Amino acid sequence: MEILDGIVKAFQLIISGDPRVFEITLRSLFVSSAATLFAVLWGIPMALFLGTKNFRGKFFVKGFFNTMIGIPTVGLGLILFLIFSKAGPFGMLRLLYTPAAIIIGEAILILPIIVSFATTAIESVDPEIMSLAKTLGASDDQASFAVLKEALNGIVIAGVASFNRAIAELGIALMVGGNIAGWTEVLTTTISNETAKGNIELSIALGITLLILVFGITLATMAISTLRRRRK
Amino acid sequence: MNWIAELKDITKTFNGITALDNVNLQIREGEILALLGPNGSGKTTLLKILAFLEKPSKGEVYFCGRKVTEKDMKQMRRESTMVFQRTALFNTTVYGNVAYGLKVRRLTKNRIDADVRKALKLVKLEGFEKRFAKELSGGEQQRVALARALVLNTKLILLDEPTANLDPKTALIMEEIISEVNRELKTTIAMATHNMFQAKNLPHRIALINNGKISEVGTPTEIFGSLSKTLASFAAVENTFSGNAKVMENGTTLVDIGNGVQIEASVQSSGEVSVFISPEDIILSKSRFASSARNLFKGKIIEISDLGSVVRLEVDVGKPFTVQITKRSFKEMELNLNSEVYLAFKASSVQVV
Repeated sequence: MEILDGIVKAFQLIISGDPRVFEITLRSLFVSSAATLFAVLWGIPMALFLGTKNFRGKFFVKGFFNTMIGIPTVGLGLILFLIFSKAGPFGMLRLLYTPAAIIIGEAILILPIIVSFATTAIESVDPEIMSLAKTLGASDDQASFAVLKEALNGIVIAGVASFNRAIAELGIALMVGGNIAGWTEVLTTTISNETAKGNIELSIALGITLLILVFGITLATMAISTLRRRRK
Repeated sequence: MNWIAELKDITKTFNGITALDNVNLQIREGEILALLGPNGSGKTTLLKILAFLEKPSKGEVYFCGRKVTEKDMKQMRRESTMVFQRTALFNTTVYGNVAYGLKVRRLTKNRIDADVRKALKLVKLEGFEKRFAKELSGGEQQRVALARALVLNTKLILLDEPTANLDPKTALIMEEIISEVNRELKTTIAMATHNMFQAKNLPHRIALINNGKISEVGTPTEIFGSLSKTLASFAAVENTFSGNAKVMENGTTLVDIGNGVQIEASVQSSGEVSVFISPEDIILSKSRFASSARNLFKGKIIEISDLGSVVRLEVDVGKPFTVQITKRSFKEMELNLNSEVYLAFKASSVQVV
């Protein structure tokens, strides 16, 4: 009965637009989006390089990123905690327990997903596309962009998978964010914390919100990419 | 007569392998020049150097009388465009494909629309703008690729085996378009081919290329006439054989090409000659059949290459013959390596030089 009661109250919280649920959800969205944006900005040029160039040690670089996809979030969280803590090498930046620290941590966490998925997508593009764009008059940058455009579907999937991983992870947000009310609370850290305190209905409300976000964003992306294909 | 492009002592090596060896070649303004040679002779590399996609390891390239330095290469790519053998298409509409080069040149939308329409008309694909390029047939895709190059109105167009993967009917359409473009728009064209028949009929001049070297350059009459010796040394070119010819009582010519294979040709000729038969002109059957074809040989399939809508077979009848049939026939006849087959072709299909 307690669970059922919790679910009913959770829906009431969501529907009534509870300010705390609203605030935490917005912060989660902001932090994960910023992390995804940074990871994409760094990761796509890396993927373009890995996917179109041949060099010594390429196998190991790709292997490294593939392995890093599975890194435990708590492990990475701990490393970042040590780096950002007062005695750590970046202690003077005073980033520990700020949203910025979570953004940096999650960006590092999801970079390997972006790089690996996007590299695979770029590698599956016809290798002649680059030469083709160039012989049609494109500059080197325009030719690279043509390759990215051909790999767009794969890159979008990489972006969505990364965002989902960022918004759903707990370890980093907890260890470098600290779950400070009104400042670094995000969906996952609050769920964990409120459950421990026995505040079940808030946890369920936030859990439902998290699931709706993840499902909604994934479905919306799928729908857009299907529409795009049909329009062609 | 002006040169569009001139190659001086061009050598190109890839990882120690020489693809082009001291090549000298001029391309005249307004001509169609065919590079004729077997697969792997260096034709594609030569075209890529003329397209400024590859830089030569040694030697100099002149374009419209000016020496092209490494710094100029990117700029020069806008003057010379290449159509690749394997049709690469952007994952978008026909319009998106043909408009690409115009968009990177920052032309206005109206101008792009008009130019795309003209180019599609030229390749006989009017009204195809909104179709999805990758859903077209092989021949239509190759024409989209051609339109995409033509629309740019560059000084030089380079075609790498423009008809190699096409069925004979579509190949003919392509040849007509190429010849029309050259005639009407005065576009200079350099094309690679290993098809003797195409080389004889389409270009103004032919450059024979083998093992990265250009051995002869001349008009088709010169190449196929007095230079038959060089041509005959092209053992790797499809269905080209040399042998001794004598005129028969019935007025046809019998050419003994060795290994007990004698070919009957309808033109009269005697002495040492070269003959070739277009792979599309040979009829393949699984059993001996009565027909008007004067040449009938029994052989075994020794190689099968799938080219998409058509299949090329290498048949050993004492001498190796290349035969091209449609994929559908290939499947219906249930052919395999070592299948026994009969080849038939008319005496009039045999070209004697």
